[in-house]
Amino acid sequence: MSGESTRAAKAARIRALLETEGDAVHENTTHLNRVRYEANAAGGDIDALRAEARAIKEDAIERLPELVERVRETVAANGGEVYVADDAADANAYIERVCDDADADSVVKSKSMTTEELGVNDALLDAGVDVHETDLGEFVVQVADEAPSHLVGPAIHKSREEITALFNEVFDPDVPLETAADLTRFARDHVGERIERADVGMTGANFVLADSGSIALVTNEGNARKCAVTPDTHVAVAGVEKLLPSAADLPPFAELIAKAAGGQDVATYLSLLTPPVDSPTIDFDAPDEPLGDPADRSFHLVLVDNGRLDMREDDQLRETLYCIRCGACGNSCANFQHVGGHAFGGETYTGGIATGWEAGIRGEDATDDFNDLCTGCSRCVDACPVEIDIPWINTVVRDRRNRGADPDAFDHLVSGLTPDDDPAGVDLQKRLFGNFGTLARLGSETAPLSNWLSRRAPVRAAMDRWLGVDRRRDLPTFERETLADWFAARDPLPSAGTADRAAVLYPDAYTNYALTERGKAAVRTLEVLGVDVTLAPCHESGRAPLSQGMIETARTQAERVSDALAPALDDGRDVVVVEPSDVAMFRGEYEKLLDDATHERLAANSYEIMEYVYGLLENGADADALVGGDDVAYHGHCQQRTLDLAGYTEAVLRRAGHDVVTSDVECCGMAGSFGYKSEYYELSMDVGADLREQFERPDAAGRRVAASGASCHEQLLALAFDGVPHPVELVAPGGR
Amino acid sequence: MTVREVSRFESSLDAAGVAATRVEAADLADALDRLVEPPAVGVPLGIDGVSLDETVVETPPTPRRLKRAETGVTPVAAGVVEHGTFVLRSDANGSEPVSLYPPTHVGVVRASDLHADFTAAFDELEGSLAGGESAILATGASATADMGELVHGVHGPRTVRAVLVEDR
Repeated sequence: MSGESTRAAKAARIRALLETEGDAVHENTTHLNRVRYEANAAGGDIDALRAEARAIKEDAIERLPELVERVRETVAANGGEVYVADDAADANAYIERVCDDADADSVVKSKSMTTEELGVNDALLDAGVDVHETDLGEFVVQVADEAPSHLVGPAIHKSREEITALFNEVFDPDVPLETAADLTRFARDHVGERIERADVGMTGANFVLADSGSIALVTNEGNARKCAVTPDTHVAVAGVEKLLPSAADLPPFAELIAKAAGGQDVATYLSLLTPPVDSPTIDFDAPDEPLGDPADRSFHLVLVDNGRLDMREDDQLRETLYCIRCGACGNSCANFQHVGGHAFGGETYTGGIATGWEAGIRGEDATDDFNDLCTGCSRCVDACPVEIDIPWINTVVRDRRNRGADPDAFDHLVSGLTPDDDPAGVDLQKRLFGNFGTLARLGSETAPLSNWLSRRAPVRAAMDRWLGVDRRRDLPTFERETLADWFAARDPLPSAGTADRAAVLYPDAYTNYALTERGKAAVRTLEVLGVDVTLAPCHESGRAPLSQGMIETARTQAERVSDALAPALDDGRDVVVVEPSDVAMFRGEYEKLLDDATHERLAANSYEIMEYVYGLLENGADADALVGGDDVAYHGHCQQRTLDLAGYTEAVLRRAGHDVVTSDVECCGMAGSFGYKSEYYELSMDVGADLREQFERPDAAGRRVAASGASCHEQLLALAFDGVPHPVELVAPGGR
Repeated sequence: MTVREVSRFESSLDAAGVAATRVEAADLADALDRLVEPPAVGVPLGIDGVSLDETVVETPPTPRRLKRAETGVTPVAAGVVEHGTFVLRSDANGSEPVSLYPPTHVGVVRASDLHADFTAAFDELEGSLAGGESAILATGASATADMGELVHGVHGPRTVRAVLVEDR
């Protein structure tokens, strides 16, 4: 079956990148991610700035046609020219004409992803114009004849040693290069000569200011300054989405962009150029003459559409246009940290936001090779300086591709097993994982046979081959007695109902059919603190199908859950959720799946279990009723952290008397079904190794490892930790 | 500008790796001779009674001077206190290339020309950009991490110094 060979090829490609580029990518991205956290923590109210920046971008994209007209006028009034290019060929043809008019045989460029998107370099080379990259990362990539692997750090996949070997081989310098300082000096001098001789300087633009016809360039090296000011002719190339109304809109971006990109307080250089600039021209062929007349300068602003105006009309892809290309979504992504942009990226763009860009520019099928690497862990949502819901963009594009792909010949075989609402095009593997709840119910009903079967090698070989479930993964162990069975057959603890709170516990499929102990612990904990507890029916939240891009199935499930919980909400019960990914659904994605009133009521009254316990303790419940005394190493769930909920778990564990250390990896690597998939198993385990390494350090080693997420639990077991209870199991009183 | 803001600017400059020296206008020429490593190239500072002609700094800039100079001396139109930032005008004298090409940049900023933060600086910049001007907000020395570790001094200066002129 083609699915199996495709998966094997994908696994092999990922394996090769893990081996060749993984170490450098990991070192660089995790460094950038760490310094981003430090910079954001150091100054000001980052979230207020993000909200401000978001609002400015929303407004600018809304007003885009008007801003395009405005910038045409202002640039023309300044003495420059604006060209709005429909597509790459159109843009390249214009740039070639500019070079031709300037009699140019060489162009120097500062870093610009938009020119990468256009393929300007190849177009100019074909036209007989030499193109020299001046950003040192781009220069490395150009010398190596490779594609950038990161939005901000194009050569982030290369170690210093590799760059040293590359330069020594290609340039054969008299004295071999060794240190980073050697390499920088060599590259600067090499590139510097080209800047002096170039006829045209080409830059991107981080922002274009319509009211003044200015461009803003954010750099650290100073190469963009030199490219813009040294040759007489300056061409700036920018996507139309870079337009902002005026300089008054810039401060939040000036504060945010360097923090998000590289943990800097501000970038070294923020150039605000209103070209043609007033700086004198520089003719290195007349070295002893005073600098030349600014009037000899010319300027061209190429604004590129190339699919962006259609993205603006697309309610789901539109927010991609707010992206300021800081790369934080890649740096904060556990998968990206391990494979980098050569796996997690399209032809031009990389990281989580790449799905939006590549889908909008080249078409949704251009994302097929990498879109699944977004697991929906949501860590990038917090990292994004303009609050883009990057996982949602990935989900939407996945959903559209499911609909667009050819129906799979084998689908009818499992249609009874997977009664979902998504089209026949969804592949078998996605459909299987998207219907986890049904499988879990069947697994529980047929336990222990199901557990025995799922450990049989021939069964696992067949699942691997036909369904893409990696045979190296242990499957969940299902319980014959479900949480619902247990709950129905017991009496509440005597303390239940003594406090002024009533709750309905939402049992996800994992908690109801497999990890029932955490559900039981949640009930006992709530009751010992005086809460009257009922148990909701086990309906899936929709998380599983959503992660496979099966939005309609997720919507149906969301409606079923909200209907099932409505009577309890009507009765004034709080909804308490054990699985963090489900409380994240209720608060987050349900906004897109349910009507506003239904979502808002559910979101406002839903609590993650340990968050709820924290609230009870804050409101007078007695922490002495809880169990403590362990040394715990706790791994919070990725989506739980994005919702700022992990802190409650730590606080409750401490108040119950536990000693706690926590992990700070972005994700355990399992991410729901991701780590079960044959093509991603090795990547998943590579990501997990970061977590294992943290919990093997002296401050964590030997502690009892706990995790909030069911899939984190499975991953930590696979990483050879024992037990791995949910934190609520560590504080729950004993008994039935 | 209050004395306190000038001190805050100095500490922000320090955090950005920029050494600052306070001088009175009358002593500026002498101070530059002490601070500047020759050969140096400069553009007029626009401060009454101060001429670079009395100093080691050569004017006007030529391509050869830009390439040969160890130090470039320019006026700084304004400082941003919060970040230790220079606002450099792209003027016809050549402040932009003189602050960019030599390995050391000495920026001369008047203590009366400080903005508290970017928002205040942009209030003023909005008008000047609309008037066709350009400016560089420069914070510290040029840098790259593209070669495997952080290196200062790439296409722009490796060392940046601030001379704060206290003009009463």
